[in-house]
Amino acid sequence: MAEVLVLAEHTADGEVKKVTLELLTAARRLGEPSAVWTGPGSAAGAARLAEYGAQKVYVADSVDFAGHLVAPAAELLARLVTEKSPAAVLVAGTAEGKEIAGRLAVKTGSGVLTDAVDVIAGPTGAPVAEQANFGGAITVQASVVKGTPIIAVRPNAVAAEPSAGAAVPEHVAFAASDAAKATTITERVVAERGARPDLTEAEIVVSGGRGTGSPEGFKVIETLADSLDAAVGASRAVTDAGWYPHQFQVGQTGKTVSPQLYVAVGISGAIQHRAGMQTSKTIVAVNKDPEAPIFEIADYGVVGDLFEVVPQLVEEIGKRKG
Amino acid sequence: MNIVVCVKQVPDTAVERTLKPADRTLDRESLDGLINELDEYAIEEGLKIAEAHGGEVTIVSMGPDKAAESVRKALAMGANKAVHLSDGALAGSDALATSLALSAVIKQTGFDLVICGSEATDARTGVVPAMLAERLGVAQLTLASKVDISGSEVTIRRVTDDGYAVATASLPAVVSVVEKINEPRYPSFKGIMAAKKKPVQVLTLADAGIEAVAVGLGNAATAVTDFAARPPRAAGVIVKDEGDGGGKAAGFLAERKFI
Repeated sequence: MAEVLVLAEHTADGEVKKVTLELLTAARRLGEPSAVWTGPGSAAGAARLAEYGAQKVYVADSVDFAGHLVAPAAELLARLVTEKSPAAVLVAGTAEGKEIAGRLAVKTGSGVLTDAVDVIAGPTGAPVAEQANFGGAITVQASVVKGTPIIAVRPNAVAAEPSAGAAVPEHVAFAASDAAKATTITERVVAERGARPDLTEAEIVVSGGRGTGSPEGFKVIETLADSLDAAVGASRAVTDAGWYPHQFQVGQTGKTVSPQLYVAVGISGAIQHRAGMQTSKTIVAVNKDPEAPIFEIADYGVVGDLFEVVPQLVEEIGKRKG
Repeated sequence: MNIVVCVKQVPDTAVERTLKPADRTLDRESLDGLINELDEYAIEEGLKIAEAHGGEVTIVSMGPDKAAESVRKALAMGANKAVHLSDGALAGSDALATSLALSAVIKQTGFDLVICGSEATDARTGVVPAMLAERLGVAQLTLASKVDISGSEVTIRRVTDDGYAVATASLPAVVSVVEKINEPRYPSFKGIMAAKKKPVQVLTLADAGIEAVAVGLGNAATAVTDFAARPPRAAGVIVKDEGDGGGKAAGFLAERKFI
């Protein structure tokens, strides 16, 4: 059975990100998954990769991945594509994952599909990716017809399912070329999100919009999110105004999320926002304007003042959770 | 400094977009075309850098004849000149071919800095700036919310999934920008008048030295095999808050087992 390379996303101490487990699950439909581990932490992460079906783990423990932007990972993957002739390469459909996929596509002369919400083996066994285009307005089936299929899969789109694998480590001696080290990372700053889940990986996302009125007003969004163990999102109006940091922006120029539950509070639901959230499984909206377009896509909507509705909702959740 | 800004004309996102049944490509002709929003931030950043450090801003655009409107608008914002790659054989190009064609034009134009929007609103692949860096063999400084240039060093603040990173490289480089970076200017009346006289070089594939077999729908490395409109969401329940809205919403969440 052909190998399928999965670029693992993980922390330096070896905690494997959920999207990697989703990629391993998708990879098993196409062949035998081999995880590709960049940097330190592989010993700690191997058990988790095994649990989700990785048969091998290529470990390139080099400082170049953390020290330089994007290009080293693309270089490593290109080398593995040449050496292993995999049936496909799967990467996380994050901004950085897509950039790695793009460079790898150029290096290997391969087609790249981004933002896949599902991946299956087609009639010939080659991967077919499902994509949600134009902000989720249409669903597209796409395939790669040249080179090695490279697919960036959107986090939270494929349900991770365990299946035992051997996860045999294989060390790869790797040092990035000078060209791949052209950009140096001098500092990384992680924004405080406390114990909240990652926005793109969360089961529940609570987002606030212009209706929150101010940074202080936006705090009700955090309170509601915490009552549901949810991630916090924000509309562009909020991040443009500086009420909440940019990396939490959901929408056309921000993140695309597809959680089980999306709660939109004080968000009118302009098409630019909907582009980032309308593939969510269940949508609940609170807005004072009964004409707000968000109600057109909401499974449940409350027309009212968010500063009255949300505190009551938080209190009620507290009671029901006991 | 020789600054190239890549500009793509895209259909207005406020109107319904779909694929043409015949070849499963985006119908660009019948829809109003606008400059891709993030590209306006790229133009603004290019103009600011040229104003601060000296130099010229050249717009590079690939697209049908209609994209000339967007090229002209970029010139009206203040760019000095433009190169418009327009050839019917480019229609349906995927990201791999688009990056090949753009890089061929950019190599011909010459550059110290290439600035792009970090993604376009039509396909939203977000891969082209990284592909350009790879093809041009220069540093990649992408997803910038801030760009600083000091001598031949470029430093950016890169938006990451969990915060930001500071990245630095020597020119030449490819930079992509996010919308936090600046506030794009509107073309002034004077700018619009001046743009009419600014040089726009229109290139065919042959002019740019690009082989027709490397681009276009028929030569794409990816293929759309099927598509369908997403079924509309079933109408939901909308209630008016009469002092009980929060409680009712909690009831819905409980019914759906979220609490």
